[in-house]
Amino acid sequence: MMKVVLLGRLRDIAGWRERTIDAPATLSALRDLLYREDAALGEALAGKGVQAAVNKTLMREDVALAANDEIAFLPPMSGG
Amino acid sequence: MAVRVQTEAFDAGRLLSEFSAGRAEAGGVVSFTGICRDTTAGAGVTTLELDAYPGFTEPAIEAMEAEARARFGVQDVLIVHRHGPIAPGEAIVFVVTAAEHRRAAFEAADYLMDRLKTEAPFWKKESGPDGQRWIEPRDGDYQDVKRWSAK
Repeated sequence: MMKVVLLGRLRDIAGWRERTIDAPATLSALRDLLYREDAALGEALAGKGVQAAVNKTLMREDVALAANDEIAFLPPMSGG
Repeated sequence: MAVRVQTEAFDAGRLLSEFSAGRAEAGGVVSFTGICRDTTAGAGVTTLELDAYPGFTEPAIEAMEAEARARFGVQDVLIVHRHGPIAPGEAIVFVVTAAEHRRAAFEAADYLMDRLKTEAPFWKKESGPDGQRWIEPRDGDYQDVKRWSAK
């Protein structure tokens, strides 16, 4: 099982902050899965400036995922 | 050298006193305290909520601190940043620097605040009588941080 974490406005759109799911093979497969469940969230994840982090490291490209990974989706940061 | 990201309120005066104590080697200590305003662009604010990503937010701020230290040669830095719900009038962020001479201490604090305001991994939501809205850095914040790349 992998953990998926949403930050900022993505939490309001999805109505959840964190959940565990069966790990898809890749980051893009995870995005597809989330889109099929919730199109509004799927579109928000594909929006401008939304970044993905795997185990707290930002990923610029599609990557393979493993069980126990923590995937976070980060909208543009507000700053402090 | 320290970075603290916390939900608890803090007393900026006390942090400054503790940081400054016994620093015979420092010629200057400069601090900045950022406070939650009760209005933004004319709209009332009753609560500010900062979302952080634990384990990601702290290292990002620590990297800024390391860059400030290397760039300005300051002797010590403390950054305290709150997350969670914050009421108007409460302190959100505190930055303090110590250096042999004042200029480095001023510049390092100024630089750190500009970086924090645009790049720190926080997501801010303001709530007020007009509803809720997510906040992104202002154009002025981006102009401020650009000053440091021109040098």
